[in-house]
Amino acid sequence: MTTVNPIHNKTKQNTMNKYSYILSLLFSASMFAQHAPAKKQSQSILILNATAHLGTGQVIPNSAIGFKDGKLTLVADASTIRLADGAYDQTIDATGKHVYPGFIAANSTLGLVEIDAVKSSDDESEVGDMNPNVRSLVAYNAESKVIETVRPNGILMAQITPRGGTISGTSSVVQLDSWNYQDGVVKENDGIHLNFPSIYNSGGWWAEPAGATLNKDYIKEIADIKSFLISTKASQGEANKERNLVFESTKGLFDASQTLFIHADHELQIIDAVKMSKEIGVEKIVIVGGFEAYKCADLLKENGIGVLLRRVHDMPEFDDQDVNLPYKMAKMLTDKGIVVGLENSGDMERMNTRNLPFLAGTCAAYGLDKEQALQLITANTAKILGIESFCGTLETGKDATLFISEGDALDMRTNKLTEAFIQGRKITLENHQSKLNDIYKEKYNQK
Amino acid sequence: MKKRFTLLLLLIFVPKIDAQEYFPNNESIQHHNTNYTAFTNAKIVVSPTQVVEKGTLLIQNGKVVAVGNNVTIPKNVVVVDLNGQYIYPSFIDLFSSFGIESPKRISRGSDPLYDTRKEGHYWNEHVKPETDAYANFSYNNDKAVDLLKAGFGVVLTHMNDGIAQGTGTLVALNNEDQTHRLLANKLSNHFSFSRSVTSNQAYPSSLMGSMALLRQMYYDMDWYKKGNSNTKDVSLEALIANENLVQIFDANDKLNSLRASKIAKEFGLKYVLKGAGNEYERIAEIKGTTASFIIPINFPEAFDVSNPYQASQLDFADLLAWNQAPTNLKVLSENGVSFALTTDKLKKVDDFRPNLLKAIQYGFDKTKALEALTTVPAAMLGKSNEIGSLKVGSLANFLITSGEIFDKKTIVYENWVQGSKYIMADRATKDIRGEYTLNLNNVTYKWSVKGEQNAPASTLTLSDSTKVNSKLSVTNNWLSLIVKGKDSTALDFNRLTAYLDGNSTISGKAIAFDGKEYNWTATKTADFEKKKDSAEADKNIVVLPVSYPNLAFGNTEKLKQEILLFKNATVWTNEKEGILKETDVLVKNGKIAAIGNGLSDNGAVVIDAKGKHITSGIIDEHSHIAISNGVNESGHNSTAEVTIEDVVNSDDVNIYRELAGGVTTSQLLHGSANPIGGRSAIVKWKWGAAPDEMLYKDQPKFIKFALGENVKQANWGLNNPTRFPQSRMGVEQVFIDYFQRAKEYDASWKAYNSNKKKGKGPRVDLELQTLAEIINKERFISCHSYIQSEILMLMNVAEQFNFNVNTFTHILEGYKVADKMKEHGVGASTFADWWAYKFEVNDAIPYNGPIMHNAGLVVAYNSDDAEMSRRLNQEAAKAVKYGNISEEEAWKFVTLNPAKLLHIDDKVGSIKVGKDADMVLWSDNPLSIYAKAEKTIIEGVIYYDMTKDEAKRAAIVKDRNLIVSQMLDEKNKGMKTQEPKKKQKAEYHCDTLEQ
Repeated sequence: MTTVNPIHNKTKQNTMNKYSYILSLLFSASMFAQHAPAKKQSQSILILNATAHLGTGQVIPNSAIGFKDGKLTLVADASTIRLADGAYDQTIDATGKHVYPGFIAANSTLGLVEIDAVKSSDDESEVGDMNPNVRSLVAYNAESKVIETVRPNGILMAQITPRGGTISGTSSVVQLDSWNYQDGVVKENDGIHLNFPSIYNSGGWWAEPAGATLNKDYIKEIADIKSFLISTKASQGEANKERNLVFESTKGLFDASQTLFIHADHELQIIDAVKMSKEIGVEKIVIVGGFEAYKCADLLKENGIGVLLRRVHDMPEFDDQDVNLPYKMAKMLTDKGIVVGLENSGDMERMNTRNLPFLAGTCAAYGLDKEQALQLITANTAKILGIESFCGTLETGKDATLFISEGDALDMRTNKLTEAFIQGRKITLENHQSKLNDIYKEKYNQK
Repeated sequence: MKKRFTLLLLLIFVPKIDAQEYFPNNESIQHHNTNYTAFTNAKIVVSPTQVVEKGTLLIQNGKVVAVGNNVTIPKNVVVVDLNGQYIYPSFIDLFSSFGIESPKRISRGSDPLYDTRKEGHYWNEHVKPETDAYANFSYNNDKAVDLLKAGFGVVLTHMNDGIAQGTGTLVALNNEDQTHRLLANKLSNHFSFSRSVTSNQAYPSSLMGSMALLRQMYYDMDWYKKGNSNTKDVSLEALIANENLVQIFDANDKLNSLRASKIAKEFGLKYVLKGAGNEYERIAEIKGTTASFIIPINFPEAFDVSNPYQASQLDFADLLAWNQAPTNLKVLSENGVSFALTTDKLKKVDDFRPNLLKAIQYGFDKTKALEALTTVPAAMLGKSNEIGSLKVGSLANFLITSGEIFDKKTIVYENWVQGSKYIMADRATKDIRGEYTLNLNNVTYKWSVKGEQNAPASTLTLSDSTKVNSKLSVTNNWLSLIVKGKDSTALDFNRLTAYLDGNSTISGKAIAFDGKEYNWTATKTADFEKKKDSAEADKNIVVLPVSYPNLAFGNTEKLKQEILLFKNATVWTNEKEGILKETDVLVKNGKIAAIGNGLSDNGAVVIDAKGKHITSGIIDEHSHIAISNGVNESGHNSTAEVTIEDVVNSDDVNIYRELAGGVTTSQLLHGSANPIGGRSAIVKWKWGAAPDEMLYKDQPKFIKFALGENVKQANWGLNNPTRFPQSRMGVEQVFIDYFQRAKEYDASWKAYNSNKKKGKGPRVDLELQTLAEIINKERFISCHSYIQSEILMLMNVAEQFNFNVNTFTHILEGYKVADKMKEHGVGASTFADWWAYKFEVNDAIPYNGPIMHNAGLVVAYNSDDAEMSRRLNQEAAKAVKYGNISEEEAWKFVTLNPAKLLHIDDKVGSIKVGKDADMVLWSDNPLSIYAKAEKTIIEGVIYYDMTKDEAKRAAIVKDRNLIVSQMLDEKNKGMKTQEPKKKQKAEYHCDTLEQ
């Protein structure tokens, strides 16, 4: 029993009698923390007759989606194409179902913390203020139990992002079914994360919060960041210099190979952040958070700056704001022509990652077209993370990272995945939670 | 050094001149001034409603001897002719810490102190009624001068610290005579909801804890009075000794005034309530307390809104408060509330008069203003015969003014206290304002004197209309005018002086720049023409109407119950009829009147609901919004005596947001800091109503219990290991111990009652009384719980005491013991998909609700979160997603099932004829993420309407802009402004703690 993971082998599973099934469940629950990642795609697969949401804005009601060796080879209307018999090794009849590109969780700490309250399981932030050289990827636990619970809702990729300090460190993008971080990475060191100085300082204390007042050091703090970045830029020019880990880690910011993700919510912060980056010569920036981005949308549009909008299942900042303002922001920014993605940082963010599709669904309820809403967690996020050349949409040539849902995947009422593929590999949708479900359902069935 | 020494001696010796008659005097001979002083030709305001024209006020020995038109003036008299000036009784401040040093704040230690170490005192260090203000009193000359300048003659001063603060002392602000200053000691007894800064004792950590403590204190006082205690308690003895004094309660907020008044009613007390200045926001309820008030007038300063980025962060309610607060006194007085005014809370006492004038400008009646400063406070103290008026026998405490006291232009000259005068302005200074011809060294000028009478301003022009620089000042009737020569670059100043003798021609000596002396004269050519008062401009002040609650999205008019007829909706009945298509629902008198097809009603507002869905309102079994000052009373490990019902906060915008999410009822639970938490409040979100109107009538009694990491303080770090319990083992012991004691307590009361209450009665213990209710099946437990062992433990403890746990809330491992829960008969209120935030939720699964449901338990989904609460419909949909529960059953997870758990399913939770019309009109299937609540209705009143919401937002923008413009105008006028502050709000969760 120890050499075979019976859960993983579907055919075997089906033939097992009830008791050995239960037994194996118990074993797997206690002995295997999680499932083995799926093997490389060996057989070509064709998904037929599903409603395909391409992520490009286009929907194919009756589609044929084919992929081989991990790449999409066919994205077409099933009624207009002809396929030779045996063109694909396997065919999945998805009549009445929906196909989507895998969802991407941007600005995520999946795999960096296992349990929020357990400090020893926390690897998300480092001491010190300017840590561009600190890399999230090396701390990413590909075997986190949380990760396997987000996949069944369609989240198949994530940008693993460090937290804390002024410059938190460097993020990387991974797919969510791998043995380890090296196997999981799809874009290493995609960006550096800067927490822009806050405009306000909190006053008072918990029981009697006083009003927040202006951060008197705001200007100085910006100046400090600026001089730091200018120094790092200057150091890139020197050939035979003494090695400086901190300085050399920012190289990509100045040759457009890395993005500077600036975490900022307030209008003035955003304006100052854009100004600062232009002055320094940072090639590519993205605003993360962007609660007031709608107030300076023109500036963002002019400079081609994308926004990773903070968790939209949130309260308005002020009492007198539209009760539904956070739900409407994606629409407001999209209408201005800004590339908008969603992110989900905040309380209990890792476990909440599985609700990412419903953040997009809410944006659709409050103004966006459903296909536009889908782009908030697929194509747009891919564009913002610089991975759009190989993922984010269902287009031939791109990674076959996609899933089939029984219904609208942006609505919890109908988000029910039947199959999911990462780079063509059919991944398991089970996890320790579904196992516990099976065990305890069975417990009560026995009575 | 020597100089300072003599000064000190003077201070000591001066007052001895008029020593008390029975005191020895070794510094001079006995000397007592028994002369009279008569103030004649005065307009004497004897009391706010009694005025004597051209009268005489006769005083002797610091008291009024006679007042009126026919006063016989004795021979040993000093006569002061007031020439038509006014006399008013000077003011009284009932809420002051004058002369009392602020108590020393104890450093906030890292280890909380749970039980007091003090002997002979009350068990709680925040109750210190034995404090005697006079024992801590030391007359403060500087502060006295501030108060004298503001017109005050007498203050009631006390140590403003703690929950029971001790007694107050009445002192006269007599800077001359120390022997008579003390008018009465132990005249008042003071209370507040705030902890003492001198103690680290952890209890109470919350407002509801303060309220419970006050109640227990009064019960203990009564018990002690009856001689039941075996120990001596100086605190309770002080309370008993002082129970007939004036009881003053520092409520310091409109809602806290209602709370204090509630306690007063429960114990048959009469509090004078010290308010906050925001009483106008809940005037009907304030009036309903029938209490007298002491009101501060620290109106907010305008914000400096010149920086739009900063201004955009301003809270709307703060803006409204600035616009409306100056109307508070007007509103109070028009509603017949009896109140006195205080200087308390002012940044500086100097602001008192300008602020009061502002209130008058905003419509506060001048007579009422004078009453609030004189007769009303005097009557509150029962001292009407001594202070507050100039009746014969009263203290000679009065103000001499140039005119009507609350006229902006009026100069307050003198403040007399007990016959000693304090001078603010020279009463005899002549009014020289007018137009003159001025001759100086053969040059003729046109001289115009304008401005205020006590600060005249000069304009000097030559015959060719050239303006010449000049500066005028008048002191003690000596005029000084500096005149610059014609050459603006030369140092050619002329100094003109003159003594003002009241003639229309002024003449005196001038010293020219070259040192030569001349005579100069100025002959009046025209009288000063008073400019029309700027009051006219002030009349344009736009004050926004008060809304309920007085913040964004509040209702300016009270919402009304309507007859509503919804046509052709999909109706989720939650009854055996299931989901009805194309069905009408009629709402009448706040109830669901009919469900069916082709319904009609003549008086009904008909709403086309075709394609839309109607459900009963969402019920959140676990919420912490709209709670004032603390969701956890973490000062004790058991706090059954506290109740959230005391601290419902009707001013939380989250209430409106709940409605926008279709939530109509919530259980507001105490937090999970203690094994035994506090009692719940079950509320309907009647936006705009006062806190008590939101509570269910005859609501089922609930209490919060908690288990696991929070109660054993597992995530507190390593510094606080002092409170029992620190493990799940200890948690069980806490429960058994308390229930055993409660059982014994109950038995002792039952024995006492059945024995016709003979002999000494048991002590009332609010905590044990509440726990006894649980054992007697009159109160239900909703218990915060996670893992299976603790769930089994609590059920087991309950069974030992023969009752059932009503609800396990959170209950994330309920799926592991669903069979045992079923056996016990407990319901479950859980999260749809939360996990991984603590170690104890590592086995939490999204299939939990469905498994428990399938095991036959009543299952609800709750929020414990202000934001998620407004999307509970989506959480219900997760039961469909993860557990394949039918949509009809899943919907009950957030409606009927929580209603059952809360024992309110006879009133709410389904669409059934006769039930309360608490319902929601949805744009779509309510389980869908695309569904929006279009109308949310409670008892037939539409509290949220999507279309009206849009209009409300437009109005907010308009009002905000208006106030910002008003503030800019304020800044342009040179008024003081303050830096914008962004309001910060504490959002409560289960484990939100005071640090």
